[in-house]
Amino acid sequence: MWSSFVSEMTRAAQEILQSVARFLPRFLEMLVIVFVGWLIAVLLRTITRSILKIARFDRLSQHTGATELLRGAALPSLTEVVSRLVFWIAWIGFILPGISVLGITGFNEHVATFFAFLPRTVVSFFILLFGLLAASFFSRAVLLGAVNAELPSPRIISWAVRAMIILFALSMAFEELGISSRTVIVAFAMTFGALMLGLALAFGLGGQDLARQYLERKFGREPAHKGGEGEDISPL
Amino acid sequence: MLSDEFIRELINVGEVDIVVGIPTYNDARTVGRVVQAVRAGLLKYFARARAVIINADGGSRDGTRDLVRAASINDTGSSDLSALRTLHSISTRYEGDPTNGTALHTILSAADLLQARACAIVSPESTSLEPEWIESLLRPVIRDSTDLVLPVYRRHKFDGLLIRNLVYPLTRAVYGCAVLEPYPADYAFSPAVGNHFLNLDIWTQEQGRSGTELWLALDTIIRRYKIAQSFLGARSRPEGPQPDLVKAMRETAGTLFHSFDGNPAAWKESREPLPAPCNGCQPSVSLEPMRVNRKRLHEMFSFGVSELEPVLSSILTAPTHEELKRLAALPGEKFAFPENLWARTVYEFAAAYHRAVIGRDHVVQALVPLFRGRALTYLTENREASEPEVEANIEKVCQAFEAEKPYLLQVWDGGK
Repeated sequence: MWSSFVSEMTRAAQEILQSVARFLPRFLEMLVIVFVGWLIAVLLRTITRSILKIARFDRLSQHTGATELLRGAALPSLTEVVSRLVFWIAWIGFILPGISVLGITGFNEHVATFFAFLPRTVVSFFILLFGLLAASFFSRAVLLGAVNAELPSPRIISWAVRAMIILFALSMAFEELGISSRTVIVAFAMTFGALMLGLALAFGLGGQDLARQYLERKFGREPAHKGGEGEDISPL
Repeated sequence: MLSDEFIRELINVGEVDIVVGIPTYNDARTVGRVVQAVRAGLLKYFARARAVIINADGGSRDGTRDLVRAASINDTGSSDLSALRTLHSISTRYEGDPTNGTALHTILSAADLLQARACAIVSPESTSLEPEWIESLLRPVIRDSTDLVLPVYRRHKFDGLLIRNLVYPLTRAVYGCAVLEPYPADYAFSPAVGNHFLNLDIWTQEQGRSGTELWLALDTIIRRYKIAQSFLGARSRPEGPQPDLVKAMRETAGTLFHSFDGNPAAWKESREPLPAPCNGCQPSVSLEPMRVNRKRLHEMFSFGVSELEPVLSSILTAPTHEELKRLAALPGEKFAFPENLWARTVYEFAAAYHRAVIGRDHVVQALVPLFRGRALTYLTENREASEPEVEANIEKVCQAFEAEKPYLLQVWDGGK
């Protein structure tokens, strides 16, 4: 019985050793892939950071208001965020094939899903970035236009434009990612509709006189108020 | 691009000594009188010269071109004026949007084709134009080889606020050339300037569409061509609504900032001031009473400073922004926007435009409410002022811009 036990134990130990011997090269292979991936990811991060700095990406980020958003969320600058994003995408891109070398059952499917999802993630990121850019540009244009045209509450109008564009960009980004796309689109449509209805009511009921004056000015039924500055002065 | 018909008409005219260009767009109310005055000026003062009047029209729908043709045929109403040579007159419709820049390009191309020795441009809105204006503009080019003749008008003390508080002081301080009307409506130039200007690559850009006359004047100053000013007389105020201030700001401040940005060597290094002698200059300020709504200007300034806070904070330095906020909080009767603060504010805007801290057009637009504040102070200071006092106050603004010029160099690349 003892000899049988020893023999079983020996066989088990040999099998374990054989498994380890089979696993170790794969593990080392994985480590090499992960390490090389890390080196490449660091290199890509450095290159990305340099390119973005040369292209003054942080200024763009400041213009879009993305810097403010990131600062509010205690995140670093957009250049740093993008550089880190590139680093992690690149490294995870190596880690996953590295792990798949180990031959874990079902893991390869997850790796394939990840790589299929990656382009969508990048596209969503750029949709969001350009959405922020557009929101910042148009909200500022509206603010300046409203102030110079002496419209009431220019900041609220500007904020509404900004919110609408960001919402729109978000809904597009989520749709691209396939996350609750219907919910987001419906939410966007409801918010947009409610806002427009609210503005229409506010302009039509609350600001009847303003609406009448504006339309008369616009379509020339009454001559425009002489002297845009409220007096008889000429700038040129 | 000149139309075939227009080129044929130019070929029929042949070489000329003088071209007078009149850019028009729906100017039926005033253009007839202007064309007649131009004709009278040419017949009276340049009777021996081969001359042509060229009307470049942007597609008027009010019969402007018919009126130009009619005015060109009519006699001048004066029996002692007769032409020794045929005085040609051509009206053409240029392609593209109706802008002064495109009209000017058409006239420059025609003057180049006709090998003109001098070219004058007159505004169809210059209803007070007298035949003598044509002589005052063209004579220095023909007789003294002056390259650019800019006008000096006698204007109401409250007219041309943007010119007197921004364009003139800024041009004088930055480029060292004291021309009272750097954004001229009526002016003349030599073929050297005309050809140089024609060959610039601005015609597809914003400067080639609006603010083109200012760009021409600035470029002539930068290249240090020979410049003179001619006193023309009283300038009538354009009828109807005054120009939109945002548009005027784009044409003036936008053009100036763009010029600074593109020509740093022309103003960063110290250069000798460029003389611009004035022929027949007289006091250029008139004092007729005029109604001014200063309360509204004050409200618009305060409203602008408060509502545009996020925009202004990205353009201005903190001390200047704080100072403006303090001004905005002052009651109307205590309000005063000092010249030095105005000069620093404008220089910070120029630097912000150069560094494109936000969209460049947005930088220019954000200056509008602040200018209203400065205009208010100018109006208040000069409400009861006599002619010399008004001129002294304008001189104070110029000196403030000159004194603060080192500040422009300091903030230009982001120094605070």
